[in-house]
Amino acid sequence: MQGPELIQKAQGLHGFMNWPHNLLTDSGGFQMVSLVSLSEVTEEGVRFRSPYDGDETLLSPERSVEIQNALGSDIIMQLDDVVSSTVTGPRVEEAMYRSIRWLDRCIAAHRRPDKQNLFAIIQGGLDADLRATCLEEMTKRDVPGFAIGGLSGGESKGEFWRMVALSTSRLPKDKPRYLMGVGYATDLVVCVALGCDMFDCVFPTRTARFGSALVPTGNLQLKKKQYEKDFRPIDPECDCPTCQKHSRAFLHTLLHSDNTAALHHLTIHNIAYQLRLMSAVRASIVEKRFPAFVRDFMSTMYGDPTLCPTWATEALASVGITLG
Amino acid sequence: MKLNLTKVVNGCRLGKIKNLGKTGDCTMDIPGCLLYTKAGSAPHLTHHTLHKIHGVPAMAQLTLSSLAEHYEVLAEYKEGVGKFIGMPESLLYCSLHDPVSPCPAGYVTNKSVSVWGVGGRVEMTASKFMAIQQALQPDWFQCISDGEATCNEATSIKRARKSVDRSLLFLDNCLKLQEESEVLQKSSIIGVIEGGDVTEERLRSARETAKRPVGGFLLDGFQGNPATLETRLHLLSSVTAELPEDKPRLICGVSRPDEVLECIERGVDLFESFFPYQVTERGCALTFSFDYQPNPEETLLQQNGTQEEIKYVDQTKKSKTTSCNQEMTSFEINLKEKKYQEDFSPLVRGCSCYCCKNHTRAYIHHLLVTNELLAGVLLMMHNFEHYFGFFHSIREALKSDRLAQLKDLICRQAS
Repeated sequence: MQGPELIQKAQGLHGFMNWPHNLLTDSGGFQMVSLVSLSEVTEEGVRFRSPYDGDETLLSPERSVEIQNALGSDIIMQLDDVVSSTVTGPRVEEAMYRSIRWLDRCIAAHRRPDKQNLFAIIQGGLDADLRATCLEEMTKRDVPGFAIGGLSGGESKGEFWRMVALSTSRLPKDKPRYLMGVGYATDLVVCVALGCDMFDCVFPTRTARFGSALVPTGNLQLKKKQYEKDFRPIDPECDCPTCQKHSRAFLHTLLHSDNTAALHHLTIHNIAYQLRLMSAVRASIVEKRFPAFVRDFMSTMYGDPTLCPTWATEALASVGITLG
Repeated sequence: MKLNLTKVVNGCRLGKIKNLGKTGDCTMDIPGCLLYTKAGSAPHLTHHTLHKIHGVPAMAQLTLSSLAEHYEVLAEYKEGVGKFIGMPESLLYCSLHDPVSPCPAGYVTNKSVSVWGVGGRVEMTASKFMAIQQALQPDWFQCISDGEATCNEATSIKRARKSVDRSLLFLDNCLKLQEESEVLQKSSIIGVIEGGDVTEERLRSARETAKRPVGGFLLDGFQGNPATLETRLHLLSSVTAELPEDKPRLICGVSRPDEVLECIERGVDLFESFFPYQVTERGCALTFSFDYQPNPEETLLQQNGTQEEIKYVDQTKKSKTTSCNQEMTSFEINLKEKKYQEDFSPLVRGCSCYCCKNHTRAYIHHLLVTNELLAGVLLMMHNFEHYFGFFHSIREALKSDRLAQLKDLICRQAS
């Protein structure tokens, strides 16, 4: 039995995982292109070879939506023609226009618009004109939300923030803006300032599995010898189970063993850190003190305002937040 | 510490060990098992997930092999290993070695014993060993001993004798050092019975060790593959017969359900719980039944084939030989097998563990196939709970004189 059919039999992904909250699925486009060496993009879709059994498959906009319909996730993504942000030339334009056509095909193929929210993904690479065109066209379609795609790859941060700002400035105010693949704490705070609402990133959990704990001043590489006799918790202000019960020294010991519990302790802490950060961001917005929050966050993270990354300073300045 | 025997039936001891712990108000049931840990933590489990498991034993086993190299850290910490690992309320037993990863032989001398940590070999004289224990401050700890008499195929009498002599010398030295240590007054040294496969030496070890003021006894050198234990069972009976009734008998390296029962029948009280961990590591789940008195309705359902059948394995049946589960037993199922891909039933129907209450075999199969860490977490939770449930059923069976039924049930499921 194929994957989606199995999941349907299990009462969707929620049933299969026994997850009572919301789920968001990606279209599979990014993974296929970035994680599989032999893939070919045509107007039809993405043709690729399965890394598991070598079989050839075509992932079309229709098939991607069909799979996501079977999975039953609450937010589903269109299949987009993904191009690395470091690519230049006609390929970027081709991918942008194709993504619009694929958006329409996804909308047409979507069998459960009342239950699942199909988001469009704005492309156009680092070209302002192309991105503007994509924004103009995609916002004509009545989708419940928009993702900002094609970024958080290898591009410079200077180009990155400008494309984010351009995108948010032309997206409707009453629909969610989902910035895909972001990210680090600083990036999250700055992009909220630029008008983004939702984010996803493997960073906090992946870095946890490598022994790195996130803290307001950056991160602690707990495998390092300096933490061997550090009997403080990762963050004394953190109320996660890891910080309530364990010291850096113990985690250091555990990380040097083959007990996976160490990875779980850090994963839980890093997720708690992220959730607390975003919760603090929201509270500061509601209480009309977001700029002060940002200044505080940046000074904790970088110390002196002159030590803040230039791109962040510029991006924040563009929306009227000055540091120090 | 006080061991109260409720009853002894056919060599099996049922009872409670009272007045344990730093505050003297903890109790342990025997027969029982100790919670297996790696580097001071249950494998795969955080404090939070560990406490979702029902029936976690009151005492956890720490291994010196995972802690010895952190001596300096623990010494500086001062407050003992229990607090360091985040288990301040748990009783702690410190064994020398990790039963899952036996160490290379040939490093025991008249003056020292070695354990293997992540960073390599840690050699310990009695002094160093006791210094480490002072930093750990466990409730019980295995004394350094010479456990290598059974390492080679044929134990020579000379080698067996040496193992007993050395172990007694280590014990006397450590007891002396304990007297001089204020910090270790609340800890109990567990004397180790050695002697290889030489009956005389085993008996000498038992009698001599019993003369010392130890808190309990560890029966070392009975582990191996199922065949080796069987040949040593007779020796085991002889040894325990020499030991005082009012002190606990631990055995190392024996954790399989069938072997546990054999040893209980020969006077052993406490076991390590590494078997459920090994099962977890090979992507398997314990499914053996310990329900020696199934209710009539269940029996009927089983007969009608509604429930999964208990696997009764013929003596002549060949053992499974797929490369990654060569050591797989008939007490478990291998969730990596394709047939579980669409199996939406829990690992074990009726099991009250977190995994069985919330997830399906199909989901665990998926997690294993995609190499997700969650597979280990969920399997460990189930396997520990199932195993602790087994020990509970042993005590219940002894209470109601039904151990023979339980043993019969377990043996029918052994491969």
